Amino acid sequence: MTAESATITLNAKDYGSDQDVRWCPGCGDYSILAQVKKVLASIGAKRENTVFVSGIGCSSRFPYYINTYGFHSIHGRAPGIATGIKLANPELQVWVVTGDGDGLSIGGNHLLHTIRRNIDLNILLFNNRIYGLTKGQYSPTSPQGKKTKSTPMGSVDFPLHPLSVALGAEATFVARALDVNTKHLAYVLERAARHKGTSFVEIYQNCNIFNDLAFEYATGKDTKDDTTLYLEHARPLVFGKQRDKGIRLNGMDPEIVTLGDGITEDDLLFHDERQAEPSLAYLLSRMHYPAYPEPMGVFRCVERPTYEDQVMDQIRTATSRQGEGTIENLFDNGETWLIN
Amino acid sequence: MVVATKRTGTQEGSKRIIELDDITVRFCGDSGDGMQLAGTQLTNTSAIFGNDVSTLPDFPAEIRAPAGSLAGVSGFQIRFGSHKLRTPGDMVNALIAMNPAALKTNLEDLEPGGILVVNEDAFTKNNLGKAGYDQDQNPLDSDSLSGYLLYRVPMDKLNAKACEGTGLSGRAAGRCKNFFALGLVYWLYGRSMEPTLGWIKDKFASKPAVAEANAKAIKAGYYFGETAEMFPVRYAVAPAKLTPGRYRRISGNEALAIGLVTAARLAGKTLFYGSYPITPASDVLHELARLKNFDVRTFQAEDEIAAMTSVVGASFAGAFAVTGTSGPGLALKTEAIGLAVMTELPMVILNVQRGGPSTGLPTRTEQADLNMACMGRNSEAPLCVIAPATPADCFDMALEAFRIATEFMTPVILLSDGYLANGAEPWRLPDISKLPRLCIKHPKTGDEYQPYSRDKKLARPWALPGTKGLEHRLGGLEKRDGSGEVCYDALNHDHMCRTRRKKIDGIAETIPNLSVTGDDHGDLLVLGWGSTYGAITLAVEQCLKEGLKVSGAHLRYLDPMPSNTAHVLQSFKRILIPELNLGQLLHRIRASYLVDAVGLHKVQGKPFAVSEIQSEIEKLLSNGTTA
Ligand code: SF4
Repeated sequence: MTAESATITLNAKDYGSDQDVRWCPGCGDYSILAQVKKVLASIGAKRENTVFVSGIGCSSRFPYYINTYGFHSIHGRAPGIATGIKLANPELQVWVVTGDGDGLSIGGNHLLHTIRRNIDLNILLFNNRIYGLTKGQYSPTSPQGKKTKSTPMGSVDFPLHPLSVALGAEATFVARALDVNTKHLAYVLERAARHKGTSFVEIYQNCNIFNDLAFEYATGKDTKDDTTLYLEHARPLVFGKQRDKGIRLNGMDPEIVTLGDGITEDDLLFHDERQAEPSLAYLLSRMHYPAYPEPMGVFRCVERPTYEDQVMDQIRTATSRQGEGTIENLFDNGETWLIN
Repeated sequence: MVVATKRTGTQEGSKRIIELDDITVRFCGDSGDGMQLAGTQLTNTSAIFGNDVSTLPDFPAEIRAPAGSLAGVSGFQIRFGSHKLRTPGDMVNALIAMNPAALKTNLEDLEPGGILVVNEDAFTKNNLGKAGYDQDQNPLDSDSLSGYLLYRVPMDKLNAKACEGTGLSGRAAGRCKNFFALGLVYWLYGRSMEPTLGWIKDKFASKPAVAEANAKAIKAGYYFGETAEMFPVRYAVAPAKLTPGRYRRISGNEALAIGLVTAARLAGKTLFYGSYPITPASDVLHELARLKNFDVRTFQAEDEIAAMTSVVGASFAGAFAVTGTSGPGLALKTEAIGLAVMTELPMVILNVQRGGPSTGLPTRTEQADLNMACMGRNSEAPLCVIAPATPADCFDMALEAFRIATEFMTPVILLSDGYLANGAEPWRLPDISKLPRLCIKHPKTGDEYQPYSRDKKLARPWALPGTKGLEHRLGGLEKRDGSGEVCYDALNHDHMCRTRRKKIDGIAETIPNLSVTGDDHGDLLVLGWGSTYGAITLAVEQCLKEGLKVSGAHLRYLDPMPSNTAHVLQSFKRILIPELNLGQLLHRIRASYLVDAVGLHKVQGKPFAVSEIQSEIEKLLSNGTTA
């Protein structure tokens, strides 16, 4: 590290580009952009070593608004591009910005496989449960019955749940945050940035044009305390305005209980983001409004060797065993002959 | 038709030896019979002896179709000669058939009067039935084979006897019979067993019983030839007069892999290869995956699309980035290749063509992806398309692909095919000091930098993430020339479409002219591209020997074509374009140059026979009218 780079510290606005932001006024993306910039500053990200890669959709305009390196690619394919970047230069810190349509519909396959490899990327999935850029068709996370231009009688598709998908794909870091809860969002993003391996963050993002208030239950002043549950490692699952409700295990199922009357915190389910088996995290990922409060925060954070480290290890091992390859021994495969 | 062979007789011992200019042998049997191995051994031995060699493996798409079935037949054709060969031969002089199915599927390629060696023991009622023969009518006993020199060898029995005492089970010993057949062929053509015996020793060092059995089998086959009074003659082929130097046998896929690594090493770059398994391109992935000590980073992606996008990302980050695939895979990669065109990043896309459409004929050759390579993307998305002419040329063209990609900041599609990929020929190891060295520049911190500024060749600068001060954003949206900012302006888009095309056209200034075999003007030019080079060149050479007025030219650059292409085409009254498709180059030539070219088309999953092209030339020159 040079003396210069050691002393210069950037603040959030230093990561903004000179481009006019073109999201609709009031879109949840603004808040996410602001928190990402803040986190870049707090982790001391070097602009030149940071790359934002996106696919297609409203969220995927993200790289234009950050003045690091960036790649606004094609629909659903950001994970593949990011993988190539990281393997070509593992020193770079690479972020993927995607949406529910981009990441889970057209790009579902790439998302699954990128997560299972545990390549060191920070994947932010902006979930607004709608296709915004194409003007309002239902998405793979839209609830059944959703009426949109392409489903005038209501969608008959059964939705999938991003965190369950990520856990099923063996994710090592899985978290959820809300666009409007900026402090918590910043916390989750920073945790994601500091995790080595694939970090998968679902961000509930309001599309105020095509799916306004989709998450009102989780953001509304009067409802949010009862519809969300903020996870803390090694702490019991407690929620509610009075923090008097909790989640207890009844057989394999979570149940909501009220504290008091003989039920104490010790009876509740304790969160453990470091559990080797993802079963608990999966159970949490299945808790949905209105039956349950929806968990927010870090569901799972475990260590596993990253893909790129293992690739580079093999290169180092091969090089130390066989010596650095030369063109001469590339040509001579041991079965040559001489013609005079 | 085989090139005129000189036949001179000598006596050696009791057997007469006939000297030939070249010989074509084909081994065929069940896919489990080890025919590819026998063929490869004969190839290596002949190459080491100093012959020129050319090979044509032919394997079924099924990994292990039922034993004895027609679908399970695997073949390996090898031609060795005392002169430059160019093709693996139209007709075979000797066919080694290990079972009835192999006989049935391969007999049509045996020349009249050719040598037919069969494993008599495999002609059981059961096997005859599986091959679709009448179970009570063994073809070996009928006169249907009277037009050939038929040799019935009880290979199962002889091989089993030879392997006695090695401790192998009957079944395991049975697997040695390819070596028995090989030994017999070695005797027939006066080949030394030493190279193969050495190979057996190395290969089975950890399994001494297997090594012993295989060695015994090959010797038994050889001595059977010598002692059984079956073959009245033996044949000999003198070494070829090849350019002095050190040689190895190389297939097209090996040459591609070695070429890619060489290019990266010479430029001091990391080679990134993102690919998804697909026949017949997977061997390039296998080859490169072994070369980790050359800083080769291979990535087996989840699908063809991810393979392509990983390559786009790796190129953005500064690697020499390559993907390899075959037709169906190229179709899937299309959108991401468009992104590569838009972002003007350097990369190489190998397409080892196979029979199509759809899954088609996965293990068979075809040249029918030319249109897709040149035009198969949405909108105006030009890129460079090149095609090697021979297996060894795959090496040179891999280097050339990188030169063009980095000099012009463009994706380059290299069109190989199944015939080049699996076919092999001797390759003289190049003088490393004479290989072209690419000089790649990346802008540095402090340089005046605009993502889409252009040099004289219209290439934009390749600035790499990690470089302070050059942070920029790329993407699939249209760019303003110069600044590279997103731009929807109508005239800018028009300008950019034309600029991207002009940049690709400019590559023509840096490639060799189209050269002509024979007179540079005349009545008939035979124009080819890609893997048909050998057959076309031989056909033209034959016709020239016969005194016909014909010339040949071969395109290794398809987009853009060499600058003098128009001039060459206009110097001939007529143009014949043989292709393994239904006229893709033909249509490009007619449309681009307004010449009345005619085509010769073949889509049988097989390369052209020299005779097919030769008779078309003769036909065109004799009747003077187009077909
Ligand atoms: S359409 Fe919706 S998601 Fe897209 S920018 Fe507008 S508000 Fe945001």
